[in-house]
Amino acid sequence: MKPGVLATLASHFLLLSLLAFGGANAVIPEIHRDAVVISRWMTDQQFADLFAISQASPGPNILIVTLVGYHVAGLAGALVTTAAMCGPTCVFVYFVGRVWNRFRYARWRIVVQAGLVPVSIGLIAAAAMVLARAADHNWVAVLITLGTAALAYATRIHPLWMFAGAGLLGLAGLV
Amino acid sequence: MSRKMAEHVSDSAADVPTLSQIFLAFLAVSLSGFGGTLPWAYRMVVEKRRWMTASEFSEVFSLCQFLPGANVVNFSVVFGSRMRGVPGALVCFFGLVGPPFGIVLVLGALYARFGDVEALGRVLAGMAAAACGLIAATSAKLAEPLIRSRAFWGWGIVLAAIVAIGLVGWPLPWVLLGLAPLSIALAWWERR
Repeated sequence: MKPGVLATLASHFLLLSLLAFGGANAVIPEIHRDAVVISRWMTDQQFADLFAISQASPGPNILIVTLVGYHVAGLAGALVTTAAMCGPTCVFVYFVGRVWNRFRYARWRIVVQAGLVPVSIGLIAAAAMVLARAADHNWVAVLITLGTAALAYATRIHPLWMFAGAGLLGLAGLV
Repeated sequence: MSRKMAEHVSDSAADVPTLSQIFLAFLAVSLSGFGGTLPWAYRMVVEKRRWMTASEFSEVFSLCQFLPGANVVNFSVVFGSRMRGVPGALVCFFGLVGPPFGIVLVLGALYARFGDVEALGRVLAGMAAAACGLIAATSAKLAEPLIRSRAFWGWGIVLAAIVAIGLVGWPLPWVLLGLAPLSIALAWWERR
């Protein structure tokens, strides 16, 4: 069964990496749909937990895929999802990087990029909604989400402080 | 003035960094970056070490945003290859992704072992609610230039993506296949 799971993880995350316009956050809804709704690898709450862990650890946003892979198939799963998510796009960007200056100022390039911006903004906003549905089960949780959003938008407070405060509220049994 | 210019010249002609220098730089970037490593990459590469000018950075970063994949991971590869070819790309990639990979593995293992502990579950429930807020703030910050630009077609595309993915829950490949060409066509129409 295990090689089958690894092959599934590899193909799913490979496809996902090629759709990741706007970075890892833009594909969070699709990872959720796949892991929770379709493949049923985890519950809504587990997905929300793993996302929180990935955000509270240092490093690029992409690490949510590492945690999903680990949850599904241990160390091998983590290696497979991370490699699938990063490998092909890195090779691609390496080769495009060498000829980038040839079409950097090309009109089609600028138009395509301008067209992709609103799509990726919408996808990241959708990610916040999908995560909120998975994580917010009562009004205190909703207030934490709204409060964190306001603080992160308007101030330069380090996110770790917000995680600490939210974790304490959770520990107190309010969430 | 001449001194300043001389400094500038010597900066841009600075020796190409060694493999271990760029590895350690990306290691530091990855370990200081919470909720996004881009600002740290900029600080390190442009402000602190001056391996790239601000315009070189934005040139490379525009490429990394243009192509799919994690933007900062893409950046590490292009930056590394410009400095030191394929070995440079590899060390920057592993400096950026390697250590956090180890950290989340440890955290993932702890979660697998203790995730059922009730108190930990409560803490994580609070943190998960906060994580949604962080990502909502990210999207709001990204949307600022678009909102100011009054390009109403862009607002429509944002809304359509939110409804299709966030509310209805359609699969991403189909939504992208529909929305991306439409959005690019509208961007072209705006600039025609």
